[in-house]
This record gives sequence, structure tokens and C-alpha cells, in this order.
Amino acid sequence: MSKRKALTWYQAWGIRLIAIVAALVVCAVITSLTTGLNPIEVYATMFAGAFGTTRRMWILGKEVAILLCISLALTPAFRMRFWNLGGEGQILIGALGTAACMIVLGDTLPNVILIPVSIIAAIGCGAVWALIPALCKAKWNTNETLFTLMMNYVATQLVAYYVIVWEVPKGSGKIGIINQSTEAGWLPVIAGNRYLLNILCVAIMTIGMYIYLTYSKHGYEISVVGESVATARYVGIKVGWTIIRTLMLSGAICGFTGYLLVAGTDHTLTTTLAGGQGFTAVMVAWLAKFNPLGMVLSSLLLIFLGRGAGEIATAFSLNQSFGDILTGVILFFIIGSEFFISYKLHFRGSGHKDKDVPETSPNSVTSGTSDGQDSENSKEKREDSANV
Amino acid sequence: MFDIVAFIPRMVAQSIPLMLGSTGETITQKSGNLNLGIPGVMYVGAISGVIGSFLYEHSCGGSAEAMNPFLTIAIPLFCCLLGSFLMGLLYCILTVTLRANQNVTGLAMTTFGVGFGNFFGGSLIKLTGSDIPSIALSATSNAFRTTLPFASAAGTVGKLFFSYGFLAYAAIIISLAAAYVIRSTRVGLHLRAVGESPATADAAGINITKYKYVATILGCMIAGLGGLYYVMDYANGVWSNDAFGDRGWLAIALVIFTIWRPDIGILSSFLFGGLYILYLYIPTGVNLAVKELYKMLPYIVTIIVLIITSMRNKRENQPPASLGQSYFREER
Repeated sequence: MSKRKALTWYQAWGIRLIAIVAALVVCAVITSLTTGLNPIEVYATMFAGAFGTTRRMWILGKEVAILLCISLALTPAFRMRFWNLGGEGQILIGALGTAACMIVLGDTLPNVILIPVSIIAAIGCGAVWALIPALCKAKWNTNETLFTLMMNYVATQLVAYYVIVWEVPKGSGKIGIINQSTEAGWLPVIAGNRYLLNILCVAIMTIGMYIYLTYSKHGYEISVVGESVATARYVGIKVGWTIIRTLMLSGAICGFTGYLLVAGTDHTLTTTLAGGQGFTAVMVAWLAKFNPLGMVLSSLLLIFLGRGAGEIATAFSLNQSFGDILTGVILFFIIGSEFFISYKLHFRGSGHKDKDVPETSPNSVTSGTSDGQDSENSKEKREDSANV
Repeated sequence: MFDIVAFIPRMVAQSIPLMLGSTGETITQKSGNLNLGIPGVMYVGAISGVIGSFLYEHSCGGSAEAMNPFLTIAIPLFCCLLGSFLMGLLYCILTVTLRANQNVTGLAMTTFGVGFGNFFGGSLIKLTGSDIPSIALSATSNAFRTTLPFASAAGTVGKLFFSYGFLAYAAIIISLAAAYVIRSTRVGLHLRAVGESPATADAAGINITKYKYVATILGCMIAGLGGLYYVMDYANGVWSNDAFGDRGWLAIALVIFTIWRPDIGILSSFLFGGLYILYLYIPTGVNLAVKELYKMLPYIVTIIVLIITSMRNKRENQPPASLGQSYFREER
């Protein structure tokens, strides 16, 4: 086994495609085993659920936009090998900032001023929420994965607190639609569709992020810090400042996502507003190899799976969580397939002949062979365990 | 008045899933694998046990007399261990053999595991075509909750120390054993070496792949027991979707809090279990909102511990150095 130099993009996507097809086959088997339904029918329902009507297309577009926006937010941090798993919390805090502006200032300020004010509040809140772990990482090298993870729950409880403080009507335990009569602070509806503005914002941000990461000095510094902190320090990049700056950007965009959710689509604040998308976005960004343009595809794939599986659940009166199982299986396959993209297997001699040699035997000391067999066997095992 | 005698048994019951989860995750992390799939594993462990005992109770026609007491315990236990074993195996194949990113794999496992639990929890009745309204495994639960015979007779002492099911005591024993093995045996030394510096351990002739596989799978199985304890003992055998909540993440938080030592984990689990339900006992009057702030406590405490250990930079208290990284021999 050795590391591959590089695959052409179509070979890489070919491997991924094989993985997805294999995953779909396994999912089909699971579906028919557990429910006794015809898998082809199930997949047809999935397509209808995601793309069936114009309305569904718009909803799909909206959800892709939100997921893509979060993934964009996480990307600069990931490129720096800073595992920001706190997207969930940063979104919630941004949403909290927005809701605060809309509730407190909704009656006093005109929309022209209120919208920028709440955008700034959301971005500021998100940035501060990401800044806290970033400062600790830069100063004391605190483990950021665990830190950002914990920050999610602090944010959730903070939102839960304010939901009760602002609840309408009192005692209901939820906020309801904010400013329903005045629509103060709501994003305007353009071209007759209330999701269009969200989608446009995210489209512009995608291109912006691509340019920022690929062509700007900051983007280059981020990549260098990600590859090697020592190199970065040697060439005079201020590592601490780069971490702090990048994380503030990351948190700011998450906060903005929170703004889009509250002011653009939901017009309310709940603790489940982000709905686990802060974690899904990690997978989206990773699947696209942290390339903003690739993320359009990967977020589309995941949202399609989610919505399609939701449709299956309703159509065949299954539990809604069936979608999570299918998504999980497909993710496992894609995750596994990345190995075959970055590594090449070498089989000693005529390949399968020496499969009977026990791995511990002194004859098979070359790591290439034993590891190669390992992964061959495990591919089968993986399918077995996925089937259970 | 703060009722301490009522509080402590609830606190302990609350802490057992956390204890098992964090002990499992500590063993896993000592081998350098940051398994963020623990919440999913605990769901799978719980639902596997539920499926096993559901089918068994069902085959016995639901009458407690027809059930063999040994099988009543053994079947859910075995199913739970099997389910979490498979999850651990999956994680290892993806991250150790296929060198996938651990964070992404872990998150995918959590998505899968929670979905798996909720799907079968919600559809088990429909799938098996039985006519009972909900999954209430009271016979199995009673077996799991069997306490020592003199517990109720011993008054307050009995209530504080002997009023728990056998899994609670097993959890404490497992944690102590794990602490002993990690700290004082050769196997533990090797395990720590694998987590700190796999290249060095490899050069010393330790089989990295084997250690990572065994530690992670064992960790998952222990964590799965935590899920089983929750549903069979704490929840009286009643499965309800999402009831397990964010305890899995709390277990991961606990690993940091205990600075990777399962023996400290026992006391810290009690503390976290207490913090988790403290809001029920603190008189807040009419202001319900403040209770939400109290629920923040375990997480804030964890963050503070995380920052302090990284500030003091004491070597014994750090995360395993290679935590979260795959090992590829030819990449030295």
C-alpha cells in the first residue's frame, strides 16, 4: 500500500460514484429487509420527495443554501486543521442576537436600520462565540474539537433561557412567530419567492469564499498554518493571529446563517433551530475536500438524502429516523472510499494467492501486503456490519 | 428543604450511563482514537438490548413466569454488546484500516446510531406486527433492577448504597479495572504508548492496529452498556425516542473532566449526574428560565477544566498526543 500521487478529478469522482452506488444497493437491501418494500419504488419516492414539485424544489434550494452556508463558515477553520465542531452553537448564538434585535428594537426602528443592526448583531455574536476557543487555542493550545463541542451546549441552554424569557404567550415555552403583524426585521421577499434572497446571499458567499481561500494572502496563510505550524512561524506568519482571525470569520458566517434562519425563513427562535446541521456541515465540507465549489454538490447530496428519506418515511408510514440510517450508511461508504482515492493498493505476487498466510507470520512482514489484505477483507466486513 | 436522601440515589442512577460512556471513551482515546460516535454507540447499545429482550419477552407471551431469569438478563446483555461491538468494528475499519478522518467518521456514526435507535424504537412494534401499545419491557427491567435482598431492610444506608441494579456496580468495577489496567499493567503502558506516539510504539514492536482495534471496540462495548443501563434500569424498560438526549456528548465531556482517568471518572460521574438533575432541586420560585441556565453547568465546568489543564500544561494531564490522528507507517 502506498500513497497515490494524485488522481485526476474524474477518477476520484468515479471512485466516489462507485461508493455511492454501492451504498445505495446496501440501503436498498436494508430497506427491503426491514420493511419488505420494493427498493426501486422507494428510490422513486425519494426523487419525488426531493424534486417532485416546484415548491419542493424551492424548499430543497433553501435547505441546500443553509447547509452550504454553514459548510462555508467551517471551511477556513478546517483548512487550518482547526476542527470547529461548534457550528451548531455559533448559529444559535447568531440567531439569538437576531431575535434579540427583532424583539427589542422591532417597534422602534424602521426596517432599513433594523435589518443591518440585526445582521451586525448576529455576525458579532457568532464571531465572539468562535473567538473564545480560538483565543485559548492560540494562547494555550487548548484542544479545540472538545472546546467547540462544549460551547454548543452552553449556547443551547442560553437560547433555552431566552426562549422562556421572551415566550409568547407566557407559559407556552416557545416564542412563536416574531413580529408577525408588523414583519419588522424580516428579510424582504424578492421576485415573489421568500427563499430566493437566502439562496442568492449564499451563492455570492460561495464564490467569495472560493476567491478568499484560493487567491488572497489570508487564504494562503491559512493553508500554510494547516500544513505546518512550524513552517508558518518560520516564514513569518503570525500563527496566533491567523487562528483568531480565521475563527472569527468562521463564527461570523455561522452567526450570519443564524440570521438567515431567523430573519429569512423561520421567523422564530428555538433550541433546535440549527437541527444538527452544524455537524452535517462538517461532513459536507470534508466530502468536498474543503473546496467551496465542491460543497455545492455535497450539500445537495446530503439534503437530497435527507428530504428523500423523509418522504419515504411519510409515504410508507415509517419512522422519520429511517432517513438518518440511510444517510449514515451512505456516509460510511463515502468515507471509506476516500481511502481508495488517497492510497493505492499493491498486492504481492499474484494477489489473492497469499491470502491464507496468517498476518502474524514472519513471511509477511512487508507492511504493504498485510495492510492491503486487511483493507480487502475489511471492505467485505464493512458491508456485513452495515447490513446488520 | 434539600432532600439529600432522595437526591443521592437519583444522582447515582443518572451518573451510571455517563460513567460507562466516559470509561469506554477514555479507553478509546488512550489508543489515540477520538470517537465522536459514542452518542450513537450508546443509542445502538440500548436499542439492541431492547430488540433482544422485546423478542424474548414476546416469544414468552409476555408472562414473567415463562421467562428464564438467566436468559432475561443474558439476551439483552448479549445483544447490546453485539450491537456496540459492530459499531466499534465499523469505526475501527474506517479510521484505523482505511485511515478516514476520525471526526467525520464519528459524527456519521452518531447520525447513524441515533437514527438506528429512534427508527427501531419507533417501529419495532409495527415491524413485528404485535398489538401492544408501547415498548414497556417491565419483566426484563425488573430483572435488571433486582437489588440485594437486604437493601430495603437496611433503611437509609440501604437506600444510599444498595438500591441499585447490578449494572451500576458493574460500572464501578469496570471503571476501577480500566484505571488499574491503564495505569499499572504492561498492556496499559503499551496502550498509552500507542496513543502518545504511535511511531515510537511501532518501533518498539507494539502492534498498533491490534491495540487500536481492541481498545476502541472494547470502549464501544462498555459505552453501549451505558445505553442499556439507561433504558433497562433508569427508564424502567420503556423506550421513548430521543429520551437518552445528549448524555453521550456529556460522557465525552466527562473524559476531559477526568483528565483521562477512569477512577476519577467514578466520582466525576456522580458530580455530573448531580449537576444534570440539580436544576430539579434548586428552588427557583416562579422563574423557570433560570433552570435552563443551571443545565449549562456540566458543560461550563468541563470547559474550565479543559482550559486549566491546557494552561498548566502538566504532562500527565494532557490529552493523548496523537489523539484524532490516523497512523500510517510510511508517513513518518
